[in-house]
Amino acid sequence: MMAETVQNFSNVRRTRFWQRGFLASQTAYVGLALIVLIVVMSFASPNFLSAGNISNITRNFSFIAIATLGITLVIITGGIDLSVGSTMALTATTTSLTMVTLNNAGFYPFPGSALIISLLAGLATAGIIGFANGFAIAKLKLSPFVTTLGTLSIVRGLTYVATFGRGTAPAGPDKELFLALTSGKLAGMPISFVYLIIAAFAMWVALNHTAWGRHVYAIGGNEAAGKLTGVAVDRVKIQVYVICALAAGFNGIIISGWLGSAPANLATAYELTIIAAAVIGGANLAGGIGGASGAIIGCILIEVIRNGLVLARVDPYWQQTLVGCIIVAAVLVDRFRSLRSG
Amino acid sequence: MALLELHNVRKDFGAIRALNDVSFSIEPGEIVGLMGDNGAGKSTLVKIISGIYQPSAGDVSFGGEAAHIHSPGEARRLGIETVYQDLALADNLTASANIFLGRELKYNLGPLRLLRHRAMNARAAELFAELKSETRADDLVRLMSGGQRQAVAIARTRLSDARLILMDEPTAAISVRQVAEVLGLINRLRDAGIAVILISHRMPDVFAVCERVIVMRRGTKVADKPIANTSPEEVTALITGALEVA
Ligand SMILES: Nc1ncnc2c1ncn2[C@@H]1O[C@H](COP(=O)(O)OP(=O)(O)OP(=O)(O)O)[C@@H](O)[C@H]1O
Ligand SMILES: [Mg+2]
Repeated sequence: MMAETVQNFSNVRRTRFWQRGFLASQTAYVGLALIVLIVVMSFASPNFLSAGNISNITRNFSFIAIATLGITLVIITGGIDLSVGSTMALTATTTSLTMVTLNNAGFYPFPGSALIISLLAGLATAGIIGFANGFAIAKLKLSPFVTTLGTLSIVRGLTYVATFGRGTAPAGPDKELFLALTSGKLAGMPISFVYLIIAAFAMWVALNHTAWGRHVYAIGGNEAAGKLTGVAVDRVKIQVYVICALAAGFNGIIISGWLGSAPANLATAYELTIIAAAVIGGANLAGGIGGASGAIIGCILIEVIRNGLVLARVDPYWQQTLVGCIIVAAVLVDRFRSLRSG
Repeated sequence: MALLELHNVRKDFGAIRALNDVSFSIEPGEIVGLMGDNGAGKSTLVKIISGIYQPSAGDVSFGGEAAHIHSPGEARRLGIETVYQDLALADNLTASANIFLGRELKYNLGPLRLLRHRAMNARAAELFAELKSETRADDLVRLMSGGQRQAVAIARTRLSDARLILMDEPTAAISVRQVAEVLGLINRLRDAGIAVILISHRMPDVFAVCERVIVMRRGTKVADKPIANTSPEEVTALITGALEVA
């Protein structure tokens, strides 16, 4: 028979260990850069590793980290969500407004009820925004950029409408509980940090150890192939936008806890920092590449650099410029690296 | 009894009639070549059988029963596997992830359904060994040669017990030696009782493994005859239209 007469496929190339897995990722060398940066900073400025400064960094970092996890999922599918900042604001506002309303109405059937209802109201709002984005993008085939640019504006507008532009503060019997659960501490750590660890671990499991995660990557890699092999492409896309909006909304609630109120301009322009953090951490805007650890490393890097510039008394206006340069640098390094090994 | 039967299948894309009342049948374990010029409608025909397109008119039956195949998943459940012309691979995933895409092996951990990485890699490695391909299960598809990619797409069809495998130009981008490997595989499929529809522009391939050849021209079937009763010259004439019908 024919098969016995021929030899093996011969023009094979082995993928070396440094060309694949975590070591091959942008995340790995950005992580390395982060470590170097931290070491340098701790020598350069005695204040850098002080308790007060670290808690300062952690706080700013908590403002964006969970939302960055969410948007990383969207970016892996090859999409983008520009509405995260607005979603943070409207979710925080809805939560806050619901608490105030329940308080005014005197509705408090059991301890904690005001908090639970308010959180559900807030997150439901976020879920609806995410579903609207996902539906428009997956089913109506609109471009993610344009769709979420629209939502950015719509949702921010609604936030101003709902609060008459003034913003709201949580109030009522569960206010203390709300503050404890958003800006309090657990086992010596900021509680938002605990949420982040849990969320990041859940995302890591979902992306690397479930079929759903595989499908998220497959959609980013080759959407048509996903369809041909029976992946529920539309459903997964909608889910990803819903999760992204929920993560952003939850992050918005945490910010309002730290601030003690939900101003209508909360998290304005945060989408840029969040996308930047995701991209610096290795999420590829072309889709198919990214992960939880990268999102976190990206966030820390941005905050450490900002913090370093503050400690070095650099004009704050330079911060934004520098963050932009780092984005370009990270992507450029990745580009050269893939040119070399690709 | 015929395994697959198409009766007057028609497919319109707006004003374009890609398939015009095409009828044929495939017996179990039969290897049939499907030939035709670019745009003749071969891929469209494959996509109708594999559930990506729905016919505009006509009937398809599989295993003796009328089949309305609405998705690639449904086709697979019936026992129809496909190697698509563009291979349909996700570059950013490993070979094994691509092979198992959409039908991953999982285990239950409480409420979670987690991937069985080890089992999938082992099975993929087995499939590559069967294909005599040196492709490694945990290599990224992005870094693979054309032949390796083709091996991945073909390995995917061997995952379950298919009764019919559709191959849309499986030998288009690979070396002579690899072509022989794929043809060898097709022979083994026949020995296992699996029917194959082989689309190819390469006359020697079709004449090496197929028992029958169907020729399409501009959406219409113009010939359907045993390989023994035809010649490469005749088939070429049919494809180009030098010969109207045979
Ligand atoms: N999705 C589609 N929408 C519109 N027209 C299509 C679509 N798919 C195929 N066609 C048209 O149908 C005809 C047949 O195309 P098909 O891809 O089946 O050809 P083919 O025989 O596979 O050609 P090739 O040898 O180049 O692969 C062509 O005219 C093509 O333009
Ligand atoms: Mg074709």
